[in-house]
Amino acid sequence: MSGTNTADIVIVGGGIVGCASAYYMAQKGFRVLVLERGSIADGASGRNGGGVRQSARDVRELPLAMYSIQKIWPFLSEELGVDVEYHQDGNLRMARTEKHLEILKGKTEDCKKAGVDMWMLDQKEVQQICPYLSDAVIGAAWCPTDGHANPLAATLGYYRAARRLGVRFITGETVVKLERVRGRLCKAVCSSGNWYEGDQLLVAAGYVSRRILNTAGIDIPIFNKADECLVTEPMEHLFWHMLGTADGDFYGHQTAHGSFVFGGDTGMEWFYKTDDPQNTRSTAITVGSTSRAIMKYCPILGQAKIVRTWGGWCDKTPDLIPVIDRVEELPGLLVACGFSGHGFAFSPAVGKVLSELAAGEETCVDVSPMRYNRFDAQN
Amino acid sequence: MSQILDRNMDIGPFVPQPDDDLIICRCEEITKGEIRQAIHDGMFTMNEIKRYLRAGMGLCQGKTCGRQVKGILARELGMSPAQIDDCTPRSPNRPAEMRVLGNEVDKV
Repeated sequence: MSGTNTADIVIVGGGIVGCASAYYMAQKGFRVLVLERGSIADGASGRNGGGVRQSARDVRELPLAMYSIQKIWPFLSEELGVDVEYHQDGNLRMARTEKHLEILKGKTEDCKKAGVDMWMLDQKEVQQICPYLSDAVIGAAWCPTDGHANPLAATLGYYRAARRLGVRFITGETVVKLERVRGRLCKAVCSSGNWYEGDQLLVAAGYVSRRILNTAGIDIPIFNKADECLVTEPMEHLFWHMLGTADGDFYGHQTAHGSFVFGGDTGMEWFYKTDDPQNTRSTAITVGSTSRAIMKYCPILGQAKIVRTWGGWCDKTPDLIPVIDRVEELPGLLVACGFSGHGFAFSPAVGKVLSELAAGEETCVDVSPMRYNRFDAQN
Repeated sequence: MSQILDRNMDIGPFVPQPDDDLIICRCEEITKGEIRQAIHDGMFTMNEIKRYLRAGMGLCQGKTCGRQVKGILARELGMSPAQIDDCTPRSPNRPAEMRVLGNEVDKV
């Protein structure tokens, strides 16, 4: 092994949280070392629908999303020198039945209460925004501040920028155990037998975080829920806004490159076999199910050719918001995991917050609702 | 199995080559020079090159250019192509229309 195996901060996980944290920590002058078991962006960062939403978010994580959308996303391409394809062109949640309209009215009220502008549209207004939809779409909820970005470009952009600031990345190293050194939890032992030590250690390893943290005696409840997407061939550009439904049976957008990326639920996602979580192949039932859902709302996409499908895991917590915290009883240990399938949008702010936690500074966004020890019995 | 790669390993400077404008990924029109530059930007695996440049994300899903990209990556890293993992294969094997994939007998 060339080079030293020590740093100020060791990060476990080369996804967007690990890469963004490394970037902001290096900006603060920390020497950072990132360990990744596969390639950069192999987990949820590379299997990601790319939504950058404020609407329909838990109010506890809304400030992180707002900070990212107001202060980071619009300038990120320029800052990283990589086009992250951020677009803020709204989100159309469509309804086909009266029941759908009721669901969307409820969501609209919730968003207004949380301070996010969102309103209902009638059929004519929907057609003005998106003339490619079926007449079966009778109304929609519209949130103009939602958008999307390219998760691959954003993750690798942070990676590239972090490397340029001197962050050392080692891939192919699988962390199997965390250990204490002189009272601080700051050493990562790998399956290769190699080990890495810092003054601080950040675990940002998606669903694997639970297993890694277990070796230090910490258990954060995380359940792996599957998520699958399909990608079409590039097509003439139709619209920049996001599409979704009241039922949540599909969501997606057209990318800068022209391909449509759509995710969809079959209802079976909670029951996938999780005994081999590294096996993230897409299933045979999802692509058909999602295609049928899309064609109900946007029939002209029936002729779009699907070139690729993929699957991944959402690391769901019981209350569906992440853990972003310093572990009090284990000095040196920082945790960022359990993003529950909607972390990409605010990952830039999370990286910034973690760099501030590492430096012992006040954080730009309050993350006190994301404590690691908040999980408790309901009675 | 992925091998341990220290991304600080010295692969030398990016030296322009006369055939850098050769198109390697025909679907996405990615040149040899762009692929070599991406490697020097730190993209050391096939999946990272795909995610960063889109090489292998087009209609053929890398069936045409995969071997060539791997050869370029191996040369830049000073490794054998046999040491480098392929991109993750993705279904469907060939592009298929949404109305075809959504047309299951018991669902119409």
